[in-house]
Amino acid sequence: MTDASLSTWVHRRAEPSWLGRLFDSKPFLVVVCLLPAVGLLMTFLTYPLALGIYLAFTDTTIGRPGIWVGIENFTYLFSDPIFWGAVFFSVFYTAIATIGKFGLGLWLALLLNNHLPFKSFLRAIILLPWIVPTVLTAIAFWWIYDPQFSIISHLLIQLGLRETNVDFINTAWPARWSLIAANIWRGIPFVAISLLAGLQTISPSLYEAAMLDGATAWQRFRYITFPMLLPILAIVMTFSIIFTFTDFQLVYAITRGGPVNSTHLLATLAFQRAIPGGLLGEGSAIAVSMIPFLVFATLFSYFALARRKWQQGETND
Amino acid sequence: MALITRRTALQLGASAVALGASGGFAFAQSNIKTADATPPKLDIEKGASLRMLRPVRFVQPDEEVFRANCARFTKETGVEVKVDFVGWEDITQQTAVTANTGAGPDTIIGFNEAPHIYTDKLVDLSDVAEYIGKKYGGWLALAQKYGKKHNTNNWIGLPFGASGGPLVWRKSAVNAAGYDAPPDDLDKYLDLCRKLHAAGKPPGFALGNAVGDGNGFANWLIWSHGGYLVDPDNKVAINSKETVEALKYLKELYKTFVPGTIAWGDISNNRAYAAQEVWLTANGVSMYFALKKDPKLAAIAEDTQHTLLPKGKLDASPMAGLTLNAMVFKHSKYPNAAKALLQFLLEKEQYDPWLQANLGYWSQPLENYSASKVWESDPKISLFKNTMRNNFWIGYKGPISQASAAANADYIMVQMCAAVASGQSTPEAAAAEAERRAKRFFRS
Repeated sequence: MTDASLSTWVHRRAEPSWLGRLFDSKPFLVVVCLLPAVGLLMTFLTYPLALGIYLAFTDTTIGRPGIWVGIENFTYLFSDPIFWGAVFFSVFYTAIATIGKFGLGLWLALLLNNHLPFKSFLRAIILLPWIVPTVLTAIAFWWIYDPQFSIISHLLIQLGLRETNVDFINTAWPARWSLIAANIWRGIPFVAISLLAGLQTISPSLYEAAMLDGATAWQRFRYITFPMLLPILAIVMTFSIIFTFTDFQLVYAITRGGPVNSTHLLATLAFQRAIPGGLLGEGSAIAVSMIPFLVFATLFSYFALARRKWQQGETND
Repeated sequence: MALITRRTALQLGASAVALGASGGFAFAQSNIKTADATPPKLDIEKGASLRMLRPVRFVQPDEEVFRANCARFTKETGVEVKVDFVGWEDITQQTAVTANTGAGPDTIIGFNEAPHIYTDKLVDLSDVAEYIGKKYGGWLALAQKYGKKHNTNNWIGLPFGASGGPLVWRKSAVNAAGYDAPPDDLDKYLDLCRKLHAAGKPPGFALGNAVGDGNGFANWLIWSHGGYLVDPDNKVAINSKETVEALKYLKELYKTFVPGTIAWGDISNNRAYAAQEVWLTANGVSMYFALKKDPKLAAIAEDTQHTLLPKGKLDASPMAGLTLNAMVFKHSKYPNAAKALLQFLLEKEQYDPWLQANLGYWSQPLENYSASKVWESDPKISLFKNTMRNNFWIGYKGPISQASAAANADYIMVQMCAAVASGQSTPEAAAAEAERRAKRFFRS
């Protein structure tokens, strides 16, 4: 009986259709699954970036397609004091604003890490400057810094502390400091909240042990908090440096690079030359010249700050 | 005679707007003279339809009357017209894309130099221009400059109007300083500004990165001293003794300004004037209307006067208006229909209501439209009717080109002035720096 049933009915697996076989093939699946991501990246990231780099070596203007001019744009820019002014201010702006943001942000994070009444509410408010769209921040600061209608000038005059309006953005150095202040104000929450998250991962037992050993508050910060925070500090700082260096909206909305080009960042100068000025090639060259700075900043954060021995707060490996 | 003009209509509000063929406004009958002229024979292509771009309106009736005019064209010729109103900052770039890709709108009303940049992509408009010019008493000086290809009589653009920025000042303050009106003589003008400053009613002119007001002031300063950016052969000529002299004058003049003008944008002077922080400045007619409309500020409007910018060492007041300049693209499948539309819009049945709807924001390019009733609606704005009579343009004395437009947009003149005013550069160094930057734009 068993013999008979075996011989009469043999279960055969259905031959998979070509479609089925196709979807079983691993190389095919890899390609299909990657295609959307690669396509999007190519269209929206690689292509514009490559086009920007290509344009930097042409004399394209808004009115006409250009021809290949080699490094002419760069040689011109290297002889252009306005370009070097923008390089200087970009580096200065990034350096000072980053120091400010991290100093104040870390301080704020440490404060928020304590047990405070309304802790979650306070943490939510802290985020506000960062949540507000940059352009709105910029417009608010534009009014605050207005030569005629500044609220700060008004208050100081009302209080009898000053006779005239404060010069926020009418001369070079005050304008630079004003912009840095606006950027710091906007950037603190990002740093504070990120570092707060880092602080909360530090085990309380470390502090308890240190306290039993009689460590002071400063020693606890120096030998526990700071080294434990370094990895996240490195990441947050990398992001912060990139955001600050490529900042555009604050500067463009508040000063437009003025007075007399003293507050142009590379990003605003690139836009000014390329779009209103129509020199697409030269503008692209300015944008391309930001790349080395950004690569350097990223490498610095990763290789210097993220080193293991730094994290351990000691010199031994 | 309807003295119930568009202002009354405006007060009636939006309900009145939808009425009637020309946008619902009762327009004053202007006495526009015409001469005999034969319109060019434009064979409108069969099944034609048109797309047009133009800058957005200053005032609501502008758009309504413009659309009504186009609808009338459709009714008379059967050609569908679709008009898109584009933001001011975008129209230059959109024109560039249209010209370079050879696709998109058939006709664009752009700004200033646009037709001169894309000359080889545009349809010649000489027949329409000559007919309209002959019929309406001739094109005004600025219209000729912006309409014709450099050094030729070929029209590549049809100017639709211009907007200027003369002096705006408080009569009470200027009179108290001992002047009937701001004087044309540079020394006296400086004296007036000093007296205004001493009286605590200072003048103020934008020296920041303000495309309209900043360039307006810087151009006036240099031109009124006999300087200019490029010579008629397109050679950079800004580093001249006239420029240096102008900048030295500015050093003195700037001391009288309200503090902060180096940080001023295009609207800063409007705000400062409305807040009575500034008593003499330069601006388009918009500021006056804004004051007049606001009951709290009406007293300031009452005390406000407009006069031309001081002539200085010239025999005419130098001021370059922002000009609307229409062009037709070669890629259009219906070039004749497009030309017919522009011609139709410039005829008095369409143009005068449109001019009136704009209340004086735009000033006509043709002689006979000076008789439009719009210029009688308020004596304080009648000065604006001569905006296109002047002989100065952006990039004076060179040909109108991409380079002159870019030099303007890159604030070369303004920053030269601001550098001297702020004490950052000597006049000589600032002029040399402006020359260096201008040469980059004007390299061939």
